[in-house]
Amino acid sequence: MNAPFVMPALGPILPELVLAVGALVLVLIGALRGEKSYGLVNGLAFVVLALAAAALVAQPAGKVLVFGDSFSVDGFARIMKAIALLGSAVALVLSVDYLRRENLTRFEYPILIVLATLGMMMMISANDLIALYLGLELQSLAAYVIAAIHRDNVRSSEAGLKYFVLGALSSGMLLYGSSLVYGFAGTVSFPGIAAALQGQSSLGVILGLVFVSAGLAFKISAVPFHMWTPDVYEGAPTPVAAFFAAAPKVAAMAMTVRIFIVAFPGIVGDWRQIVVFISIASMALGAFAAIGQRNIKRLMAYSSIGHVGFALVGLAAGTAQGVNGVIVYMAIYVVMTLGTFAIILGMRRGDTYVETIDDLAGLSRSQPFMAYAFGAILFSLTGIPPLAGFFAKFYVFAAAIEAKLFALAVIGVVTSVVSAYYYLRIVKIMFFDEPAQSFSPLTPALKTVIAVSTIAIALFWLAPAPLVSAANAAARSLF
Amino acid sequence: MSAVAAFFYLFSAVAVASAFMVVVSRNPVYSVLFLILAFVNAAGLFLLMGAEFLAMILVVVYVGAVAVLFLFVVMMLDVDFSELRQGFINYLPVGAMVGIALLVEIVLVVGTWTISPDLIRAPAPGAATAAAISNTEAIGQVLYTRYIYFFQAAGLILLVAMIGAIVLTLRERPGVKRQDIGAQVARTKATAMEVRKVASGAGLEG
Amino acid sequence: MTQTLPNLLNDYLPLGIFIAVSGVIGLALLIAPFAVAFKSPDPEKLSAYECGFNAFDDARMKFDVRFYLVAILFIIFDLEVAFLFPWAVAYGDLGWAGFWSMMVFLGVLTIGFVYEWKKGALEWD
Repeated sequence: MNAPFVMPALGPILPELVLAVGALVLVLIGALRGEKSYGLVNGLAFVVLALAAAALVAQPAGKVLVFGDSFSVDGFARIMKAIALLGSAVALVLSVDYLRRENLTRFEYPILIVLATLGMMMMISANDLIALYLGLELQSLAAYVIAAIHRDNVRSSEAGLKYFVLGALSSGMLLYGSSLVYGFAGTVSFPGIAAALQGQSSLGVILGLVFVSAGLAFKISAVPFHMWTPDVYEGAPTPVAAFFAAAPKVAAMAMTVRIFIVAFPGIVGDWRQIVVFISIASMALGAFAAIGQRNIKRLMAYSSIGHVGFALVGLAAGTAQGVNGVIVYMAIYVVMTLGTFAIILGMRRGDTYVETIDDLAGLSRSQPFMAYAFGAILFSLTGIPPLAGFFAKFYVFAAAIEAKLFALAVIGVVTSVVSAYYYLRIVKIMFFDEPAQSFSPLTPALKTVIAVSTIAIALFWLAPAPLVSAANAAARSLF
Repeated sequence: MSAVAAFFYLFSAVAVASAFMVVVSRNPVYSVLFLILAFVNAAGLFLLMGAEFLAMILVVVYVGAVAVLFLFVVMMLDVDFSELRQGFINYLPVGAMVGIALLVEIVLVVGTWTISPDLIRAPAPGAATAAAISNTEAIGQVLYTRYIYFFQAAGLILLVAMIGAIVLTLRERPGVKRQDIGAQVARTKATAMEVRKVASGAGLEG
Repeated sequence: MTQTLPNLLNDYLPLGIFIAVSGVIGLALLIAPFAVAFKSPDPEKLSAYECGFNAFDDARMKFDVRFYLVAILFIIFDLEVAFLFPWAVAYGDLGWAGFWSMMVFLGVLTIGFVYEWKKGALEWD
């Protein structure tokens, strides 16, 4: 390459730059000010995330490719990044009180969250296999560490170790698949792969695609690569589980959508089988395996597996309408998940956090605000109109029906009816069982998160237009 | 058969065989040694493809550092490996089933596919084709400019690895006296010495 | 590519010969004792030699995780240095962009180094 190198314009990557520079400054502040700087670093980390969000919002519409087409800034990337930033920022807010009570106030925690968020943004914008892998590794490495941040606790270290070993395995599968795809398509860039596969599908590429899907399924915790999810959610500190359930899932889902839609549009028929299988298996497992759970974090893990299955219904459609459904689903899912985890963090008596479902008994009498908010969120998770969860499911199922995937839509509806059983069982325990020992009052941060997410879920039907039309425009930017 | 082909088969056969031995060796130390052998052969394969730099980095980083670290941990760690292997027989049927299913899939795919010539595209011609420059130089010419994004991302990943290793393993040891060179150098006559008038016959108390 | 490849491999011919010769010598030294040496084993000869007394216990034991931390930090800087080689070789062609690209990379890791230093990860109490 003898042509003079031209530095790319940095405007399109401004949000990522803000996060990267911000994280470096935070590392320096933490290093120089010592162990007591958690409060300062945490506050600044929140500011960095907010600045990145501002830079993201200020970006002009339209599609820009930078760094030799390996980084794509388009409508889809912007909306998914906004959701991921929201998830990370709320996870930071939720963690403050918990970390203080459990004596885990280490300034590395917010820094690792910022770096993981940077990894997510890179995953969302990745337009070739190398960029995708680097983003994924940045996010995963930071996530392995924060899963084990409570290192003196056996369950937390076990969660970190399990997550790491299985994550490394899935990275290996993703790399193996990527190398096959590269070998047979001759390029790593997504549009390049699509062009290479024009009109012909080679078995080598499909074999590679199967391995890539296995790696992706692990990252979104879809069946049959979900085994780590319940253990990691249960073992990791609760705010860490809240973080894992929200932002990284959005980023992994965005990356999955982009690779299937942009890199393999010519062989929809081939990958649709894979996605439909993963989707049905996840929905079914999410519905049936959650029934016997007594620990609410494990229950939420199975619930999140089920929700990933529902979101994949939209991807299986393979149309702009389907992608629109995925975006709406993930946005609403994040709001519901953060609300739920805020309530789980509110299950505290004095300085001990409790996690079993039976501890919620009679909550409506001791803490009506928490009980009614959780009730609304649970109804929304089930998908009962007019709550937001209903609209989420509506859009993905409508896309599936439009794409003539009737069986998939019917199975989706059936599994969501089954899942109603365990969601509504919690409602019954909260409202009709004899009260257990009551919880300590909610902290203002938790109260705000619970109130905002409940209001957003309950009143979504009044103004669905902003989210849905933004998602619609974003989905079209991929096609 | 040309010399290049002969070496290709030699390296790949040894690499596959030693990878197999990594899994089946009874002694974990042997497993790591076979892993090193597999790395060296992979380096040989890189060399045959003309990727000299990668081959040497593989030897320096993987053989020289990563595998030695593995060896270090395996030899020093107090883990009863025979106990770890107890579950092996119990899991064997399930594992074998999964393995056989994957193998059948791959054999089916490989058996039925003929590689269509226009699907195997030569990678974008890199600078290495120009005979005048070495492999390392060819990498250097693109890695820091054209692929600057990947390069900087790699830097951030290394930073996360550094932070992660310290967060998970470093412990504050209370009661350890450390040498503070700055404080030693900053000592002046005023902080180090105290001049007292001693009354004769009374002495300094304490 | 096909033209240049055999030339490249010819450069490694001495290395190949060296490895072959060392392999032959090593194998010969291993096999020769079986063929020619006098053998008369007894339990004392076959037991592990440890300064004249019997081995107390297994060589494996729990060890301080700090050894591992040092090794990991070494690998990270090892990789960092690996990135410097192609940069140095191609330095003349890279221009300012290449220069600053590497400076940013080193800057990021220097911040990591400051963090390590301040945390006391480089000290051994």
